This record gives sequence, C-alpha cells and structure tokens, in this order.
Amino acid sequence: MRIIATTVISLRALRRNKLRSFLTALGIIIGVGSVITMVSIGNGAKAQVEAQVASLGRNVISVFPGSVTTGGARGGQGSSNTLTVEDALAIKREIMGAVSVSPELRQGNQVQGNGLNWRTQVHGVDPDFLSIRTWNIAEGDMFTDNDVRSTTKVCVVGATIVKQIFPDVDPVGQVLRVGNIPFRIVGVLESKGFNYFGSDQDDVVLMPYTSFMSRVFRWRNTVNNILIEASTPEAMERVQLDIADLLAQRRGDREPDFTVRNQLELAAAASKTSGTMTQLLAGIAFVSLVVGGIGIMNIMLVSVTERTREIGIRLAIGAHDRDIRIQFLIEAMILSAMGGILGSLLGIGISHTLSNLNGWPVLVSTQSIVVAVAFSAAFGIGFGFYPAHKAAKLDPIEALRFE
Amino acid sequence: MQPQPVVQLEDIRKTYRNGELEVHAVRGISLEMHTGEFIAIMGASGSGKSTLMNTLGCLDRPTSGRYLLDGVDVSGLNRNERADLRNQKLGFVFQGFNLLSRTSALENVELPMLYAPRRVSAREMRDRAMHALDIVGLAARHDHLPNQLSGGQQQRVAIARALVNEPRVLLADEPTGNLDTRTSVEVMGVFQRLNEQGITIVMVTHELDIAHYCKRNLIVRDGLGVRDELVSDRLRSEDELAKLNQAEVLAKLSHA
Ligand SMILES: Nc1ncnc2c1ncn2[C@@H]1O[C@H](COP(=O)(O)OP(=O)(O)OP(=O)(O)O)[C@@H](O)[C@H]1O
Ligand SMILES: [Mg+2]
Repeated sequence: MRIIATTVISLRALRRNKLRSFLTALGIIIGVGSVITMVSIGNGAKAQVEAQVASLGRNVISVFPGSVTTGGARGGQGSSNTLTVEDALAIKREIMGAVSVSPELRQGNQVQGNGLNWRTQVHGVDPDFLSIRTWNIAEGDMFTDNDVRSTTKVCVVGATIVKQIFPDVDPVGQVLRVGNIPFRIVGVLESKGFNYFGSDQDDVVLMPYTSFMSRVFRWRNTVNNILIEASTPEAMERVQLDIADLLAQRRGDREPDFTVRNQLELAAAASKTSGTMTQLLAGIAFVSLVVGGIGIMNIMLVSVTERTREIGIRLAIGAHDRDIRIQFLIEAMILSAMGGILGSLLGIGISHTLSNLNGWPVLVSTQSIVVAVAFSAAFGIGFGFYPAHKAAKLDPIEALRFE
Repeated sequence: MQPQPVVQLEDIRKTYRNGELEVHAVRGISLEMHTGEFIAIMGASGSGKSTLMNTLGCLDRPTSGRYLLDGVDVSGLNRNERADLRNQKLGFVFQGFNLLSRTSALENVELPMLYAPRRVSAREMRDRAMHALDIVGLAARHDHLPNQLSGGQQQRVAIARALVNEPRVLLADEPTGNLDTRTSVEVMGVFQRLNEQGITIVMVTHELDIAHYCKRNLIVRDGLGVRDELVSDRLRSEDELAKLNQAEVLAKLSHA
C-alpha cells in the first residue's frame, strides 16, 4: 500500500482547490456544530430545570385537580376543576405534618395604576405561599392572615409590574386597579427572572385568596392547585398519603378528581421532559449532519467528473485503480475530519456565546463531541466510497479524451 | 547475435466498434525497435498513428497481435501490471501536454515517482525531479504553475515527467503539434540530446521537417505501415536554431 504517497497526493489535490474543499467541509462543519450546540442547550436546560425544581424546596407537595387513573373515560390534569378552597382549609386543619398550606388561584387580568396599564397574572394565595415557594419580599411587607380573614383589598407585586406601571414611583402604598377594583400595594417581591418555560415569574400580582374570590373572580371557589410544605423530608411521604386519604374521604362515593405530587416526582417529570427535548434537538441536528455527509458525496461525485482528466493522467502515469480509490477516500476523510474539528469548535463557540447572551447554563458534553466527530468521519468514508469507486473504474484512455 | 529488440510488434490490429460500425484503425503492423533508435511515425490524419502509439504506451490493448516489451508479452498483463509498465519502462508525452493544472512543474514531474512500485523518499523525489527539469532546461522554473508557462515550456515539463523514472522507451504523440517553429526545434533538440544519451524515442508527427530530426521514419496509411526508412539528411537542432537566429537578426536589420 502506498498510503503515505497517496496521502501526499490527496493533500496536494485538496490544497489545489481550497475553496471547493472548504465548501465541501461546510456541510459537516454545520452539522457537527449544530449537534454539539443543540445537545449543550438541551443539557443546560435540563440542569436548570432540575436546579429550579430543587430550589422550590424538597418538602413541597402539590395537589392538582384531575385524576390520574379512574378507569373508563378520564380527563387530563386540570380538566375537572373541582379542587376547592375548602379542600385546602381541610388539609391545613387536619393534616399533622403539613406546616404551611396555600391554595393557588390564577387568572390573567388587566391592571392599571399610575396612569399606565398592563396585562398580567393575578394570583390569589395564602401568606404561606411565599415561604413554600422560598420567595422573599424585597420592599414593604407581605399581606397577613388578617388580610385573608377580612378580604382586604391589598396586594404585593412582582418586579415586572414595578417596571411597567411604577417605573419612577415607589410602588408601596400606591393603588393598583385589578379589573376595576382598587388594591393597595403593600410590598414588592424579590425578582426571580424567567423560568425554564420562558415565562416571566416576576410578571405577577399576589393577593389574599379570599379577596381574589370575592373581588376578582366572584363566582369561583375552585383552585388551580394547593401547595403544602411538609415539616421534614421524611414526613413527606406520610403527609402525601394522608392528604390523598383526606381528599378521598371528603369526596365520599365520587371518583377521586385530584392528583397529589411531591417535588421529587415533579423534578423527575420535568427532567424527563427536558431530556426528551434534548433528544429531539439532537435528532434534528443529526439530520443536518446526514445532509452534510450527502453534501460531501455530492461534491465528491461532481469532482470525479470534473477531474476525469486528472484521473486519466494519473492512471496513464502508472496509478493503480487502488491508488485512485484511496486518494478519493482519503480526500473525503480529510474533509470530514476537518469538518468535524471545525464543527466542534463552532459548536463550543456558539454554546458559550448563547450562554453568555441569555444566562442559560450551557453544558458542552464531551460525549456529544465524540459522537458527532465519529459520525462525521464515518460519513466521510461512507459517502466518499461511491465517488472513489467510480473514479477508480475509469479507463485511462477514455479519461484522457474527456473534455 | 542480434540483441533483443526493446519493442517487438507482431501483426498488431485494432478495431473500434461503434454499434454496427467497425473502424479498423490498425490493420496489421509488425515492427521492431532497438535500443537507441529514434523513430518518427508519420501519416495522414486518421491513419492510425495515435492508436498505434497508445498500444505502444500500454494505454490501450490491441484487438489482436503480439506486443513484446523488453521480451515480455504485454497482452498477458492485467490492468495494474500494465500501469506499472507505464510507470517504469515507458514515458509518454501527450499531444495536449496533460499536466495537472494548479500544480507546480516540480510536483508534476514528481508524480510518476509517487506511483512507483518502490517507495521513493521525498528528498530523492525532489532531487530526481529537479534533475529531469534541468535536462529540459527548466530547473529555474520548477515552482511555476502550468498556466504560468509557455506552450513549449509546458511540453518540456511533460517531457521531464516522462523521463523522471528513466524509461526504456520515450513515446511522444505529436509533441510539437501545438508549438511554433522555434519551440518545435527546441523540443526536438531536447529529444536529440536524450537520444544521444541512449534513450529510445518514438514520436508521431505530421510535419515532414520535424521527422527529419529523427533517425528512422515509419509511414502509416490506413492502418498499415507502407514505408520504413532511415533518414539520410538528418537535421540537427543546434544548426537549425542558429539559422533561425540569423534569420531573425536579418529581419530586424531589414526593418531598421
Ligand atoms: N475511440 C475510438 N472509437 C472509434 N473510432 C476511433 C476511436 N479512436 C480512433 N478511432 C478511429 O480510428 C482511426 C484512427 O484514429 P487515430 O486517432 O489513430 O488517427 P491518427 O492517425 O492519430 O490521426 P490524427 O493525425 O488526426 O491524430 C480513425 O478513423 C478514428 O476515427
Ligand atoms: Mg492522433
């Protein structure tokens, strides 16, 4: 085998046409780059979800309306809105290990104040909501149990509301009209930023759930969910079972229409979702890698035709068909290896740029680099083989006559 | 005892078949060539000269007949064995130069060594290529690309490439076909010097005066050898170049 000589020949051939070589490699560069970027973004998102879910507190239990398995026809979560404030109060009253309980009622609403208006999410909650969500007040105070009892028209607002409605005034003490009802702002929430689904967690108004039910959403007493904090992580399982029993008991013969989940289960579900997303992104990127490989084959095929005369000269001068085949294979391999390396650098670069731009954690995984580069090398050989074979089969005389 | 001929053709025939139509390009040529010969093959267009040359160069196989190169029957060899013969024993100079474009003169001349059955070191490759370029008077231009060279210079690079593996026979199909008179004479000078060093040369030409630089002329007509004679009034390129120089000087004088 004249491998060294053939490698020299391939390198010289590639060097002779730098632009074509670069364009051929470009498909692989983009393919590898996008695989690495996509996997990095996906991994970063997954890590962030896990971190966020963990930051909600390990002892938190949520109750959603909607049943899991009821046999026969079943609705999805939230399809039957029959979880009520009374359920939340019953939990608070009767479950031993539940240290904090808060119902959560949500509705999108137009709010006005300071001559400006804005559409936001209005939540009716218990003061305990803050401790369960490990959320703090930045300025002023949270409303109190007293406010809940006497359905006071008070609220606390998120940082986005301050930015949109009170850009130049101290919001504490100001009036915010929800619908047409005036609420006095007693506090401003600490900023939490965007969550993993991309929604702004600071775009929110919290008010006593009693006020929410009597002023904002008058004919409703069903809740979106109930949040419970267990005293210790160990107590959580017990508390979870007790809640399920209590709610079932309260429903008597009716089919259970609620789901009790703890934070760990939510974390697992969320990270499974983002794992699926990573796979999906990687799948899309992989397709572009395949397209890059086909691009190499395409250009190699064109170049076999374009270089028929060159091949004829080589054959006439004493090249064996094997020499020609290996030359074209090595050219394809060098191109895809080059594409793999440049693509990795591109992918790593884009990943870091993205993470700097929007503050996502982007985790570049070595595994994705190895896999992407290995595949691009394999494509180089795989897609280079047919053109190489075609070139090697040429007849020297006919190749020389080719115009 | 007569020494063994380098080339021995016995009743070589070549028939091209295009569907129903058969073209008998070569119809039975027998020929012997000995070491040190310098032969011009002449004939009208379409008479089968290139077909014969391609057969001699082991680029094409005859339909029938025997071809012995250095006593070895070429028709028994496979594709790769013939490639090795082309690489080692034959040097082919094409009518259209056939240099690799965008490749320096030096790298073009190195090409046959890259395909040599025995591995040649990079250093030896360069030295031998430079030597071959030196023989054709182009050592100073070794890093020029083909499109930076004149036609005659490109033809000389092609000759250097044909020479670099020290072939037994140098084959040239119309080596002066694309060149003006002066460059033609220069190229013939290169051939004459090589022949004096003992290389056997076979070339095709249309031009009678070019044939006069050779030692032996073979006339082909309709695929048959019709005349085979030694050249009596041989031209020498040095003399002809001197005459050309003189004529040019005269032309300039008369203009002045
Ligand atoms: N590949 C081919 N297929 C069919 N016919 C061919 C082929 N090559 C050559 N011929 C025919 O064979 C005959 C001899 O061709 P050849 O090329 O040997 O002529 P030549 O003497 O070299 O002519 P010229 O001086 O024009 O180069 C011609 O009639 C030509 O048409
Ligand atoms: Mg011809």
